[in-house]
Amino acid sequence: MTQARQGSICLNVEDIGDIAAGARLLGAGGGGSTYLVELQLREAIARGEVMRVIPVQALPDDALVAACGWMGAPTVQKEKYPNGCEADCGLTIMEEILGCSIEAIFPTEIGGQNGLNPLLIAARRGISVVDCDGMGRAFPEAHMVTFNLKDCDAYPAVFTDEKGTSLVMRSTCNREEERIGRQIVIAMGGQCHVVDYPMLGARLKECAVHGSLTFARGMGRAVREARQGNRDPFVALLEHLAMADPGRNACVLFDGKIIDLERRIQDGFDRGKAVLEGVGDCSGSQLEVGFQNENLIALREGSVVASVPDIITLVDRETVAALNTEELKFGQRVKVLGIGAPAELKTEAALNLVGPREFGLETDYVPFHGPKAVDDIPNSGEESCPQRATENN
Amino acid sequence: MRIGVDVGGTNTDAVLMSGDSVLGWCKSTTSPDIAAGVVAAIRTLLEDAACDPEDIVDVMWGTTHFTNSLIERKGLLEVAVLRLACPSGYSVPPKLGWPLELSKTVGDHVFILPGGYEYDGRQISAFDEEKVRSAAVEIKRRGLKAAAISSTFASLNPGMERRAGAILLRENRGIRITLSSDIGRLGLYERENSAILNAALTDLSRRVVDGFESALSALGIRARLHMSQNDGTLMRSSVAKKFPILTFASGPTNSMRGAAFLSGTRDALVMDVGGTSSDVGVLRNGFPRESTLDVDIGGVRTNFRMPDIVSVPAGGGTIFHGSEICSSPQAAKAEDIVFGPESVGSELTRHALVFGGDTLTATDVAVAMNPRLEIGDRQRVRHITGNLAQRLESKMHEPCQQALEYMQVPGDVPLILVGGGHVLVRRALHGCSRMTRPKYASVANAIGAAIAEVGGEIDRIYSYESMPRVEALDDAKRRVSHRLVRAGGDLSAARFVDIEETALSYMPGGAVRVRVKAVAGLSSIRSSLPVHSCTPAPL
Repeated sequence: MTQARQGSICLNVEDIGDIAAGARLLGAGGGGSTYLVELQLREAIARGEVMRVIPVQALPDDALVAACGWMGAPTVQKEKYPNGCEADCGLTIMEEILGCSIEAIFPTEIGGQNGLNPLLIAARRGISVVDCDGMGRAFPEAHMVTFNLKDCDAYPAVFTDEKGTSLVMRSTCNREEERIGRQIVIAMGGQCHVVDYPMLGARLKECAVHGSLTFARGMGRAVREARQGNRDPFVALLEHLAMADPGRNACVLFDGKIIDLERRIQDGFDRGKAVLEGVGDCSGSQLEVGFQNENLIALREGSVVASVPDIITLVDRETVAALNTEELKFGQRVKVLGIGAPAELKTEAALNLVGPREFGLETDYVPFHGPKAVDDIPNSGEESCPQRATENN
Repeated sequence: MRIGVDVGGTNTDAVLMSGDSVLGWCKSTTSPDIAAGVVAAIRTLLEDAACDPEDIVDVMWGTTHFTNSLIERKGLLEVAVLRLACPSGYSVPPKLGWPLELSKTVGDHVFILPGGYEYDGRQISAFDEEKVRSAAVEIKRRGLKAAAISSTFASLNPGMERRAGAILLRENRGIRITLSSDIGRLGLYERENSAILNAALTDLSRRVVDGFESALSALGIRARLHMSQNDGTLMRSSVAKKFPILTFASGPTNSMRGAAFLSGTRDALVMDVGGTSSDVGVLRNGFPRESTLDVDIGGVRTNFRMPDIVSVPAGGGTIFHGSEICSSPQAAKAEDIVFGPESVGSELTRHALVFGGDTLTATDVAVAMNPRLEIGDRQRVRHITGNLAQRLESKMHEPCQQALEYMQVPGDVPLILVGGGHVLVRRALHGCSRMTRPKYASVANAIGAAIAEVGGEIDRIYSYESMPRVEALDDAKRRVSHRLVRAGGDLSAARFVDIEETALSYMPGGAVRVRVKAVAGLSSIRSSLPVHSCTPAPL
């Protein structure tokens, strides 16, 4: 162990499972499976490696930090596993370019497996993971990060693969990282590791979504403890979210089964929609969820009930385990969770980067009616969906 | 005519069928020597129906034996694991996260070698014949009898796995090899896990299947032999010997398929009440609804499709705790009574009250409540009457009711009760439109085996840019048809039951994962197919 910084925490095996469950929920249907990363993390902890997470505020202003994440297709990740050297190699190249050592790393996105991978790398290098990320969820494209709202430079960006190949990209435009990077991903066999957005601690404090890992852990823990204690995990999760961040409303948007599933390839993405027929409180009603890798919009009887950047996640009705868009099946019974996006993503500038229109949807961002907003809508009391966090107490 | 057999942990059930008619059935206790129990059951069956063994064309059977062996770690071989993937894959080595005991049982014999494919068919690295050969020599030195071979995207291209298998076989005559491409779907870790578990079971499966085959020969039956698979379809017995892992969930699947057939219902809930537990599943269009969650077998993650079943500890042998209930019924209070989860299991006829034992079981209460039920000696439960009996019966229904609520099927669907213990459930349960008990309900699982069709499935990645969608789907269908024929299917009656296309997200280039599943009835031509050959098919 190196010096313990104020407020830093060391993760145990239980934390890993909780963060993974939370990261999947924040993945909004994308971000890939976390299962194999979890196995690797458990194994690393068993070997005695230390997973240290430090709050953004505890990071020295002059510390060099960089974002880490995998870019590629979740389906390729199911077959071709990393060598284990990719991230390490990318960080070493970055340090050589900048002539300075990287003191800590942070996930590009908390959603899905990219929320967990930096823990593996950091433990191996004996550095910390900063408790933050650039999305507060998962997004399909690399430039959709809060760093872009504060004019951070994505470059140099280091792309590495399992064969030891590396590419350093420089440009004056951050969007080029996504456009050209997508071609690099294909050439590297469907996935590669990216180290980018190198910056100093002071900068990270201004532009990151703070507390992402602990936020994910809190969600996972709430669900786990509820299930262990035989309590309703949905109620527990919503109560937890209301307490953890009152600014981010959350609710069960819908309860139903998938009666139609449509997927098509467009511009290299998995676009489509799932149509749900309501059961229980929602019976007689239909919900349509549109996605581009991640779920983007939820329409109930034609009107928008939730939209990107708010997080729309389909979950298993018993375990509250998040379901990826690739895992959805006809006839599946699911609940749809809505979780408010972090405030950073809801500013006007942010909506120009990650709002519905950026995904080609013909609608403006519509905040969903969580437990707070629902009181303001006349006659909404007669419809029992969205379910309210507090009504089951 | 054909025979369906289900060898469960408690009972061995057998039915004789012709077309859609049930000509006879038989239920007996499963013997430690499976073959002996099966022979006894089939002999009774043939004698009762006055049927000539020569007239039996097909025998279909399913068993939970392999599943139980794996969970109890009995009869497993040590397994060499060859993974062709290097330089990828070191971050997730074979058997990562396995339960320690099971991992020890199959031994520590892992070889990660160059090879494997990218999603677009390119090689990750070239196949290294020399390295595979030295691994084969080392495997021989260690005296291993089984091996599992995996490689990345082997479902796209099994070429390297096959090459490695051939080299391994050349150096180690008689070694039992499982190629991951022969059993799995996309997902290297899960497919490799399945291959390792399968390889570990191949000695046991050979002994069990050979025993079954010679038992039938001894009865004068010269039929085609089939085993039930997880999805309710059949594969040749000679194939099952090599792929025992594909039979793991055949029990619940067969009883649900049998329930659909017997009741003539294609959409329903099915409750299979057995000796130690009750399973509830959902029939959709005549087939069990599959679980969407990943399936762990003996603590090891696999990616088989298994029926979505909820199991509760309530069966014919389930014990009522609180022994004073038996001696002084007046003293018993409902709160003192605990139902299960333990069961007397296959020893029902020794321990249950109606059979002269001293343990109050669900069967005893059922006999006390139902004057028409002829099981054992009802005199021995005559003290279970009135309020007490009502309370006990309520307790018995609680787990069944919970299972139904858990499945939560919207709309009006009936509940079909099957299994040896179906008579235990007498009260109306909530969550279904009505309850039915079809004729032959107690041997629904053996009937499910007897009515099964052969199935085939493929799971491949196509690039719609280099092969138009229509051609790609045709190619997939052709490959599935080929599998059906190999399994003994009649192509003229083949149906494609599931075609699923998933675009590989985050990937331009039109890469799409295509899954096609088809089923077909058994071909009726008997002569063209070999009679249960015991020689292992070439790799």
